[in-house]
Amino acid sequence: MEYVIELRNITKVFPGIIANDDITLKVKKGEIHALLGENGAGKSTLMSVLFGLYKPEKGSIFIKGEEAHIANPNDANRYGIGMVHQHFKLVHNFTVLENVILGVETVKNGTLVMAEARKRVLELSKRYNLFIEPDHLISDISVGMQQRVEILKMLYKNNDILIFDEPTAVLTPQEIDELMKIMKELISEGKTILFITHKLNEIKAVADRVSILRKGKLIDTVDVSSSTKESLSEMMVGRKVLLEVNKTPAEPKEVIMEVSHLSMKSKHHGKDSVNDVSFKVRRGEILCIAGIEGNGQTDLVYGITGLQKLSGGKILYKGVDLATKSIRYRSLSKISHIPEDRHKHGLVLDYNLAENLILQTYFTDKFQKHGFLKFKEIYDHADKMIQRFDIRSGSGSRSVTRSMSGGNQQKAILARELDINPDLLIAVQPTRGLDVGAIEYIHKTLIEQRDAGKAVLLVSLELSEVMSVSDRILVIYEGELVGEVDPSKITQQELGLYMSGSKREKVE
Amino acid sequence: MKKFLMNAGVQKIFAALLAILFGLVFGIVILFIASFFISKASYPMDALYTIVTGGLRFSGLKGLGIIMRFMSPILLTGLSVGFAFKTGLFNIGASGQFVIGGFVAAYICIKWTFIPLEYLWIVGILGAIIAGGLVGLISGLLKAYRNVNEVISAIMLNYIAMITVSNLVSVIADKNNPSRTMPPLSRIPTLGLDKIFGNNTTDISIFIAILVAILIYIILERTTFGYELKACGYNRNAARYAGINDRLGITLSMTIAGALAGLGGAMVYISSITKVFDSLLTLAPEGFDGISVALLGMSNPLGIIFSAAFIAALKNAGPALSRSGFNEEVVKIMTAVIIYASAFSLIFREKLVQFFTKKGAKK
Repeated sequence: MEYVIELRNITKVFPGIIANDDITLKVKKGEIHALLGENGAGKSTLMSVLFGLYKPEKGSIFIKGEEAHIANPNDANRYGIGMVHQHFKLVHNFTVLENVILGVETVKNGTLVMAEARKRVLELSKRYNLFIEPDHLISDISVGMQQRVEILKMLYKNNDILIFDEPTAVLTPQEIDELMKIMKELISEGKTILFITHKLNEIKAVADRVSILRKGKLIDTVDVSSSTKESLSEMMVGRKVLLEVNKTPAEPKEVIMEVSHLSMKSKHHGKDSVNDVSFKVRRGEILCIAGIEGNGQTDLVYGITGLQKLSGGKILYKGVDLATKSIRYRSLSKISHIPEDRHKHGLVLDYNLAENLILQTYFTDKFQKHGFLKFKEIYDHADKMIQRFDIRSGSGSRSVTRSMSGGNQQKAILARELDINPDLLIAVQPTRGLDVGAIEYIHKTLIEQRDAGKAVLLVSLELSEVMSVSDRILVIYEGELVGEVDPSKITQQELGLYMSGSKREKVE
Repeated sequence: MKKFLMNAGVQKIFAALLAILFGLVFGIVILFIASFFISKASYPMDALYTIVTGGLRFSGLKGLGIIMRFMSPILLTGLSVGFAFKTGLFNIGASGQFVIGGFVAAYICIKWTFIPLEYLWIVGILGAIIAGGLVGLISGLLKAYRNVNEVISAIMLNYIAMITVSNLVSVIADKNNPSRTMPPLSRIPTLGLDKIFGNNTTDISIFIAILVAILIYIILERTTFGYELKACGYNRNAARYAGINDRLGITLSMTIAGALAGLGGAMVYISSITKVFDSLLTLAPEGFDGISVALLGMSNPLGIIFSAAFIAALKNAGPALSRSGFNEEVVKIMTAVIIYASAFSLIFREKLVQFFTKKGAKK
């Protein structure tokens, strides 16, 4: 059997952790080979080794049967390997065409020749149904389109081994379907795809074979057709996982927060990003704000949590209008916030775990006396949290959070936010980029909070999460609420219609 | 042992030492090359010995006193820059803050004679702290409220401070008798140190500076205030999210940095060092020495004590080099190389970690 890629006995060590432990991976020509694993399992590291970003301590790489020495991405490119990174590498004030030719420009007498490149780009776009407009600026096109530009870049360089690093994390459900179609198209033209993901649905939908990584080790490579979602997730996590969310019907109690006629000015354009939004949140329920990214949910949360000023409206929380109150006031009145961007807002990445765990409470008498931090209490507290929430890291409470995996960073935030025993928990995309095990844990925690009589405001883009976790759904579209629905009485398709703005009704 | 070597603090010290070693080796090369071309400079190793001993082989105890004297202003400007670094800001304005601080201190000590002379130096120091702090405050406010990069505002303030001081001196000065000397009694006291070290410029400024360094260390590493400031510096958004007033944090950080540099100015201008204001149309070099000191000290206040001592010793060694026939500039080149190397300290640290982990793995 001829393999197009063979990774033999790859070992890659980082200080304090073995990211890849003797991994041997074989990929057949013309298949979609998925790489499945939890966060920190070593998927991205392995692909970075293949792409020349990391040098492994041990092991060798064979491309099309020949040993390859890949020291940098240019070498990888020479072997026909291309990669779509999770965070796109595009120049935003360049056009699509300029981005595609970047680094492989045709030059005549010292000037750029675009005509040929344009012809090829259009040709490729047509052949793979990418529907690309070569003259649009990157900053003007959607995230889904940007991803297609990344794909086009690889095709333009004649790459035939394509690595996709968690490509669906940023896409809407419709865009995901489109991407799956494109991937199948690519395969039919003889390309080989390596597909990093932790979403089982996607693997079942497109992949031919799947290799499962866990804690740096290769667990197995199996045919997708002969395995179930349950067996895959069990291999990935190392134990049985509940894929369905288990919960009892909600018992909503009194209203804890009433948002009325809330409006927010957009930072990017003069218009309102949130326009006259009103809703109530009750104790004992999980209220979900669903919507496609960029429809105002981020600004809405900024308004409620105080990160940005309101341009109008009121937020009545426990009888007090929060509109002009400080962030500190809101957190002291027991509003917790799991932020959308854990690196931007959630953590001080250069602080260690213990220091991050007191970010909301460092000023309380528990952790300071006359302005001096009580380090013993701080580290004891961290050890307790690490145990209770099973936060894993290289060197315990003293690990710098930058070095921790995404899932454990999120657990640290969750631990910190639940530690203040909130009455209202605002969770924005709490499971973004997390693996099945961590998602299960976070969903369970949200439901526990609800059952303990707390109010939970969940903001999510993930349809399956919206449907399975929430008790009540408000759909936001272009800054307005366009529908209130009961998740038990609606299909995903119908919810999708609300989210895309094709269906709307007056709320309250 | 391995745990000891993986400790971030230990690595930083190693990296700083490596930078110094790198600079010394470079210096040796320069000395040897120079000895080929300059006939009287025939003993490069002798010159190296002078450098390594900080020139103390000739000047002895007196030299030690001079080093201590050189050290206090650059220790304080180093703290100023280092403190700002720790809170995520780059205070390139130490020079201007230093000059303003020095001017205000000198003004108070000469003019405010209604205060008993023996306490005047304390008032002068306080004045310098406030004046330097106000200069820092301007950069801080601009950064916090108008998002003006502190580097740009501070560079401009350096020139504004320099020219302001130069003009003020000519305005205030008596036309007939323009030069005024500080009354000895109102200078920073020597407490007999001048007798011990046989050098009339040696005073207690070094102890003040070291005390301030320890104080800054405690503020940064032990207090909630330091925790807040560092959070603002590392990640302004996260600080805001946690309810910390990030604008206030940035403003205060720059103000404190300015106050430290201002205090450094007082250490020079109300001491027995001869330094005059009139032709001050060059930026005070102590402010830029502060950047070197902070870099070599890895922005750690305690590390900065040692790096300031080291750089002061090198400065002291400079003039003594002529005894072996070399130019003082050799020391300047070496200092420059050391600063370059310590700016690359991150790379050194990485290499160190690799070196130790590999060694550890083999064992």
